[in-house]
Amino acid sequence: MNEILIAVLIVSGIGLVCGIILAVVSVFTEVKVDETVEKLRACLPGANCGACGYTGCDGYAKALKEGAKTNLCVPGADAVAKEIADILGVEAEDVVEQVAIVKCNGNCNATSKKYDYQGVTSCAAVKTLYGGSGACAYGCLGQGDCVNVCPHNAIRIENGVALINPDECVGCSLCAKTCPNKIIEMIPDIHRVAVRCSNKQKGADTRKVCTNGCIGCKKCELNCPTKAIKVTNNLASVDYNLCIICGKCAEVCPVKCVDWADFSGKHRQNEEK
Amino acid sequence: MDFTGLIVILLTSVLVNNYVLSKFLGICPFLGVSKKIDQATGMGLSVIFVMLMATAATWPIQYYILEPLKLGYMQTIVFILVIAALVQLVEMILKKYVPGLHASLGVYLPLITTNCAVLGVTINNITDGYNFIESMVSSLGCGLGFLLAMVLFSGVRMRTENCDAPKSMKGLPITLIAAAIVSLSFFGFSGVIDNLFA
Repeated sequence: MNEILIAVLIVSGIGLVCGIILAVVSVFTEVKVDETVEKLRACLPGANCGACGYTGCDGYAKALKEGAKTNLCVPGADAVAKEIADILGVEAEDVVEQVAIVKCNGNCNATSKKYDYQGVTSCAAVKTLYGGSGACAYGCLGQGDCVNVCPHNAIRIENGVALINPDECVGCSLCAKTCPNKIIEMIPDIHRVAVRCSNKQKGADTRKVCTNGCIGCKKCELNCPTKAIKVTNNLASVDYNLCIICGKCAEVCPVKCVDWADFSGKHRQNEEK
Repeated sequence: MDFTGLIVILLTSVLVNNYVLSKFLGICPFLGVSKKIDQATGMGLSVIFVMLMATAATWPIQYYILEPLKLGYMQTIVFILVIAALVQLVEMILKKYVPGLHASLGVYLPLITTNCAVLGVTINNITDGYNFIESMVSSLGCGLGFLLAMVLFSGVRMRTENCDAPKSMKGLPITLIAAAIVSLSFFGFSGVIDNLFA
């Protein structure tokens, strides 16, 4: 009994001495952090997503002090931009709210499997095996790497395809960076058109692997009044700078891969309220 | 004081018993921070520093506190505690008085807190029965050996980054293979030191 007591006392004694020394030294060696940076850091969301282009929220706060643009925090949106501008005493700039869209609709009814994958549930892993288990080499791998990385639980895998709930998406672009097939795109969230396909094969070949894929028929291109949607490499793509959100492309698409939907994300809905 | 003995200890711990390449301790920073030579050097230097400090603190604790009280079995826990506190202390002091050095070492110092090479050195000094001076020399040698391994390997790694490795071998796999070959080359030193001073 005595031995145990001594051991406990000695070890906790050493710990106590270390703690006291650290506490005393920390008082003497206190370094003042810049107050503005601390305030800026406090008003940032703290998700450390890196959408601003800096290394997390701490990096952005430091860069702001040194004159970085105030409207780079996409997840924080206008509210955070305004707070930052108030602290720095500059005029608030509008943030372009973004939302992520998945450019694939190859669900289990439309496409088939090349082989039965039974490995680690990771898109990156399955992609190393013959470019994925799906018949289409361009589409969603369906293992949910984007689901795991999303800080706001906005993504789920439904019927084999990633589905992003715009109501929860704050536009941090972590999913777009993670997707090994790069089929997630960030678009300004006022838009309503999304091409739900990434297959660059010729129409007939696309058709063979997926009935929801873009066949490159150019009907959307011909019907677009501003030439915002174009078929390049057998795949329709939208130039969101030119799109006037008329919806004519979606009306004519024979395979319904040009999707017309409401992508207004969390921020825009808050603003409209 | 047997000067030759100290040199043997130093050279042995640098070359023959290299902590990274022969004992496989401290592999995490060895693979993690060896991408660039300057970072590798920074990490190596801070490891030398922490190893010396840790030995200076743990040797007296072992012989003046733990041994008299027959608490040798608490060695690991006490050493971890002391090393962690020590690294924290060093970090705070550096932050205040040498901000430049702190900024360049900043990331590595907390990494060293949980580095098994540091704990390994302090414990091995005790098990090898070194006295205080010998322990310090041995720690210096281990630190230098770590620095040597880091710098050598970062050079190797710069080559492997540029080489056209097969796709499945790119990145970590080719790094591990390179590490194995570097480690093999250090086996050439075994036996050299003993014969040198025989």
